[in-house]
Amino acid sequence: MKMNWMTRLAFALLPIIASLAITALLITLVGSDPRAVFERVFEGAFRNSTAFAGVVNFWIPLVLCSMGLVVTFTAGLWNIGVEGQMMVGAIFASWGAQFLALPAPLQVGAEIALAMAGGAVWASLAGLLKVRLGVHEIFGGVALNALANVWAIYLISGPWQPPEGGSAQATRPFPPDAVLPSISNAFPVSLLGLIIAFLAVVGVALALRGTRWGLQLKATGKNPRSALLLGVPTTQSALTALIVCGVLAGAAGSYRALFTYTSLRPLLTGGIGFLGLLVVLLVGVRAIWTPLVAFAFAVVLGGSTRLRVALQLDQSLAGVLQSTVVLMVLLANGLRRRLSARRSVEAPQPTQTAVDFKQEQTAHE
Amino acid sequence: MSNELIAIFNSIVANATPLVIAGIGETITERAGVVNLSLDGSIVLAAMVGFVAALASGSVIVGVIAAMLVGALVALIIAAADIDLKQDQVAIGFVLTLLCADLAQFLGQGYTRTPGPQFPFTPLPLLSDVPIFGAILFNHQPQVYVSFALTFAAWYLLFHTRQGLALRAVGERPEAAFARGTNVSRLRYLYVVLGGALVGLAGAAYSLALKPGWSTPPAMRGDGWIALAIVIFGGWHPFRVVFGAYLFAGLRALASAIQRSPDIQIPLVLLNGLPWILMILTLVLVSSGALERLTRALPRPMQRWTRGLLRSDPPAALGTRFEKS
Repeated sequence: MKMNWMTRLAFALLPIIASLAITALLITLVGSDPRAVFERVFEGAFRNSTAFAGVVNFWIPLVLCSMGLVVTFTAGLWNIGVEGQMMVGAIFASWGAQFLALPAPLQVGAEIALAMAGGAVWASLAGLLKVRLGVHEIFGGVALNALANVWAIYLISGPWQPPEGGSAQATRPFPPDAVLPSISNAFPVSLLGLIIAFLAVVGVALALRGTRWGLQLKATGKNPRSALLLGVPTTQSALTALIVCGVLAGAAGSYRALFTYTSLRPLLTGGIGFLGLLVVLLVGVRAIWTPLVAFAFAVVLGGSTRLRVALQLDQSLAGVLQSTVVLMVLLANGLRRRLSARRSVEAPQPTQTAVDFKQEQTAHE
Repeated sequence: MSNELIAIFNSIVANATPLVIAGIGETITERAGVVNLSLDGSIVLAAMVGFVAALASGSVIVGVIAAMLVGALVALIIAAADIDLKQDQVAIGFVLTLLCADLAQFLGQGYTRTPGPQFPFTPLPLLSDVPIFGAILFNHQPQVYVSFALTFAAWYLLFHTRQGLALRAVGERPEAAFARGTNVSRLRYLYVVLGGALVGLAGAAYSLALKPGWSTPPAMRGDGWIALAIVIFGGWHPFRVVFGAYLFAGLRALASAIQRSPDIQIPLVLLNGLPWILMILTLVLVSSGALERLTRALPRPMQRWTRGLLRSDPPAALGTRFEKS
């Protein structure tokens, strides 16, 4: 049953308005002024080119993770392990930045390649646990996330400490030749990062739409049993989907290590992998909308980094707003479907209503 | 048994208790056919709210009630999204995991490291005087005894009452239950919310007893996932879930004891990875059929008995939506 455009618009706007209202209420609850907070977030994102660069620097790793997750969701996989894949990517890139000495043009490229390999390794661990040992990818992923973090903390506080003693919070800053250069001082964003993000969007969109592999992923995601019966190598589809996501998540991790922090630190992912899961839940697996929604999330994330300094508010507010929006959109989708289903029952289709009535009766017996 | 050993076992029981309570709650939820994936967030939020409510009212009872309400409310959202709004319960559960954790951090920001009320220490009269067992099992704060009672209550409910039969039928074969006149949706709502309230209680068992107070990052972060894994390890049976929780707490205690011993040098940070390796190992053990193969090596009369004990099939309709048509 089709709805008119006004109802559609209402169902698109309602969850967002509701989320903003809920967030405003929560801000009031901790004794702050919602209007001041929203103004700060907007300013924090768009005040000047440096602030906007902060947004872009969140957007690049977020869009990389999101495109990877579009691939795994298409194959019907819940790749919660994306956070760990990002972290291991950052670890591999950091190894390259500290211990690899190549001619200047090759150095950074080699580090990013290492990061992609690291992400792929971590993703295939989750994949093997699933297809060989029957451990659901959610549990495998959660455990591998934690292990990746433990590994990073171990390296930072142990083997990668400078001999004269350093901080447990981060490795020493990487040498200038080993990190990604900025476009300019006024707009500190890495051009190479932007290019990789752009290639990931186009590459994933094309691969899912126009290749045999993309079709096999879709078949595996829709119904693995019948896909297998039709001759789709479902195990291979699942593994390759995870590896592609691991490669992109690894690249995202390298951006955080080689550009954002220019060092390796614990919790370096900043929850961006989980945020990617939210982005993809919001857009479904429509690859085209992913960069836009990721941008909106990056604005909230970038805008709220200064909340603590400006208003003494915890920046977890960004996460509250983002996950409330996704929750509200999912609930509104359900509500819309329920309403349109009810309307189709009200429509004059005598046979169907008769059947429904009968079942209602049995339900109350 | 030496006093030192008794003290170790006593602390294992205390440490496992929130996992037991959350595990029993999730077992009831999943037996009804719904997965509440939000544990790692809802436990944290319930812990924060429970602590703040107890602090504000000066009463731990108020704190416990508040925590259980939080857990029940989160579960109610999952039930409504699944049953009436036909949304993916895993997606909703995951979003709620993140939302609850962030919400706890945001709303709890003024209460970090604030001292507050805790459960009193209440050794049970007579029972705690029983040699060895009394000192291990009955020398605790009240949430430990509650976890014992809940385990037996859940077992009795599931396997020895008509209601339990209906509950399991709704999770195993909802169509058949529906045909026999069971209101599948209503029962699922009931047990998902009940299970959620117990998850909330587990949160209070952290913030009002085992890890008192509130901090960022929260002290119990990660344990929600462990509890979910223990339910699988426990084969959706209350007694095995309890066994899993104790085994887990025991191995953790063993690891930190090894770490303390002077002969073995393991960096402390690597020890933090241990629970997760244990989690993967236990899941591999139950899902890869390795246990089944082990039982085949036993003499035949013992095989049937052990197989019954190790049965770990999930409820057949777990995670699937029930459509009346």
